[in-house]
Amino acid sequence: MTDSVLFQAFVYLAAAVIFVPIAKRLGLGAVLGYLIAGVIVGPYVAGFVGTEGHHVMHFAEFGVVMMLFIVGLELRPALLWELRKPILGLGGMQVALTAVLVGGAAMAFGVGWKPALAVGLTFACSSTAIVLSTLAERGLLKTSGGQSAFSVLLMQDIAVIPTLALFPVLGIAAATQITEITDVTSEAGRPAWLSGLFVLGAVVAVIASGRLVVRPLFRFLAGARLRESFTAAALMIVIGIALLMQSVGLSPALGTFLAGVALADSEYRHELETDIDPFKGLLLGLFFISVGAQIDFGLIAGDPLGIAGIVLGTMTLKLIALYVLGRIFKLDRPSRWLLAFSLAQIGEFAFVLLSFGVQQRVFSEAFASPLVAAVAISMVLTPPMFIILERYVLPRVTEKGEQRPHDKVHDDHDAPVVIAGYGRFGQMVGRILRANKIPVTILDLDPEMVDIVTRLGIKVYYGDASRMDLLEAAGMGHARLFVLAVDDKEQATAIAENVRHHFPKVPIIARARDRQHYWDLRRLGIKKVFRETFSSAYESAIEALIQLGYRANTAHRLARRWRDHEEKVLEELGELWGKDRDGYVSRVKAGFDEAERLMRDEDPTVYEDRDGSWDNESLRADRQVDAQSTETTTS
Amino acid sequence: MRRVLILFAHPVLERSRVNRRLMEAVNDLDGVTIQDLYEAYPTLSIDVAREQQLLVEHDVIVFQHPFYWYSCPAILKEWQDLVLEHGWAYGKGGTQLRGKTTLNAVTTGGPEVAYQKGGYNRFTVRELLTPWDQTAHLCGMKFLAPFAVHSALKISSDADIATARIAYRTLIEALRDDRIDLDRAAAAENLASELEHVLGPREVA
Repeated sequence: MTDSVLFQAFVYLAAAVIFVPIAKRLGLGAVLGYLIAGVIVGPYVAGFVGTEGHHVMHFAEFGVVMMLFIVGLELRPALLWELRKPILGLGGMQVALTAVLVGGAAMAFGVGWKPALAVGLTFACSSTAIVLSTLAERGLLKTSGGQSAFSVLLMQDIAVIPTLALFPVLGIAAATQITEITDVTSEAGRPAWLSGLFVLGAVVAVIASGRLVVRPLFRFLAGARLRESFTAAALMIVIGIALLMQSVGLSPALGTFLAGVALADSEYRHELETDIDPFKGLLLGLFFISVGAQIDFGLIAGDPLGIAGIVLGTMTLKLIALYVLGRIFKLDRPSRWLLAFSLAQIGEFAFVLLSFGVQQRVFSEAFASPLVAAVAISMVLTPPMFIILERYVLPRVTEKGEQRPHDKVHDDHDAPVVIAGYGRFGQMVGRILRANKIPVTILDLDPEMVDIVTRLGIKVYYGDASRMDLLEAAGMGHARLFVLAVDDKEQATAIAENVRHHFPKVPIIARARDRQHYWDLRRLGIKKVFRETFSSAYESAIEALIQLGYRANTAHRLARRWRDHEEKVLEELGELWGKDRDGYVSRVKAGFDEAERLMRDEDPTVYEDRDGSWDNESLRADRQVDAQSTETTTS
Repeated sequence: MRRVLILFAHPVLERSRVNRRLMEAVNDLDGVTIQDLYEAYPTLSIDVAREQQLLVEHDVIVFQHPFYWYSCPAILKEWQDLVLEHGWAYGKGGTQLRGKTTLNAVTTGGPEVAYQKGGYNRFTVRELLTPWDQTAHLCGMKFLAPFAVHSALKISSDADIATARIAYRTLIEALRDDRIDLDRAAAAENLASELEHVLGPREVA
């Protein structure tokens, strides 16, 4: 039974459900939680997961691909261009310097120059999966240190391609023996220039199709209003790009990253992000668990000091290299330390490269095995490294006044207002806010509306505001106001309830379809609820009075008076509604009478009646009572 | 011919006894524009550009209103605050109103004797209009004595204010036709009772 897929799935999910929240509660972060879970379910502790963990890991690596797609979605092309210097300069130097240092160290321990170079290049890579997840989890991704780390990771992804090409040269195996290994597919028989052309063609195809194919496809799917087909399409695109990239020998992660960038300006960006995100999360979790499960404790027990030496030595060398480069590239001190601490581990590409190296006979199986264990351990050590960084290092190197190194925020979702629903109602609110130069993030679920408004040059995101993850992506975490203007009653109430729960600090202005809806929303604790037709009906009533010969000022004043009363009655009726049917009906009737009385001229509170009391006999009567004034002149 | 603008402010015209009748006495005159402020701006949201344009197009500005709390109804205050802009009506470059003539045509509930030293309102209407006087001065306008109709609440028919109606019409016509001695009018106390004194000789038709 333990072999069944469902049992395996249950073990992985249960591990995630149990250990991740505990780790988070202890302040260790989700990534470490997954890794610990992996160790515990793995063959050396509980033994629920055996050798098949290896296959699970390859499958779960797809989470990294998805993550880079999402990272790409958040990175507009202009921003990527801005990062060209850190990517090529900082990233390129990091790979070269680390390869030289680690390779040199290996040679110092008596390793031949060929395997030493291979190990150096392999260990130069850091873990995209762990680093990006941890940075995002700690809100450090948009800081300058985080951006530098990201740039380096991107360059490492690119560097894997020439590294894979180099291994057969370093190895003693013949190039023709290359068989398929995860990321690299057979390029055999193809001349180098043709391969290059294929790669170039694939990249162009990915970028072009982002604009020419994906957007019309999503518009078409959005028209069909089927959420699952949307999700399916999003997954299809990511997997399709990954396959295309593999077929030309490029890293799938890099390909989907480019596709993400190509779609970063698209109105479907939030939707894509939200659709892919849960898959990414689950697969990455699975990936981290399998990394934890893979740690071969038997091997470690055989040579604990040797492996610890490899891990600590490599991480120290990487840390020094990164810190020095951060200095050369003029990062401020907190950013330098963040860069060094975050990228000191060895990444998941090392698993691929090490097994590829064994296959190409660059080095032997016995040589690679402790290295594989070292890689896994260094990955597990990354979350603790972040904890050390945040608790002990950053407070010392950060100048007074700043808590964390967040100077350059690359985020266009810091608009203070999020508007859900951009139809007749939301548009009016949005237009007035925009006219006052207040940035708004707009979500709407009507593809035609999105198209029309987008054509007017206004950025509208196609997306379902009832999904909290999407609202989160739209910047609700730091919004100052949420305008709920969707037209569906039940949906609006559900959104309101969720928003109150998930973003309790964000005030809501809500559109109500009718009285019942108004009370529903009020009962959720929303203070500012507006019945959608009330104001226009109110204006019409004023105009009706004017048309019937009332002075404009009088019509307005009477209407205002009526409205104040109406609002008071509405609140009272809200208390009765759904509880006391008879009380409700009699309150409505009483309200009619009150309004009539209020409008009647005799009502002493009606403004114009005071006319009679101004500067006439009564004024003088009062004055006569006043002891100070005995001398009054009468005519 | 000088063009006359009557800026009219009464929040409840339908209940007016005097102001309505006075307005009706002049609303058929050529060269006279009546701007009914409460009707034009019931929410007190005043169109400044339009109001300034009206001022530019006229030579005599008459503020006609009931004498609320020894001054004007709220909308006229709002009108002053918004329309009389710095750099337009006064201050550097504020010359748009220079050389124009202005006065207040007011109705009071109390009798004339109440509006004097020793009376229960202690001051004359003219004295109480001192802020208007200074406003006109600052804007370079000639400020004339008010046209004040007293004991407005005792009036209930056209016949009751026949004299005031004729006087008001005569005054507006005289302002329009430039047949008024402006210096005398500026020095007077109440144009409603001193009209003969300030009118120039009637032109021979």
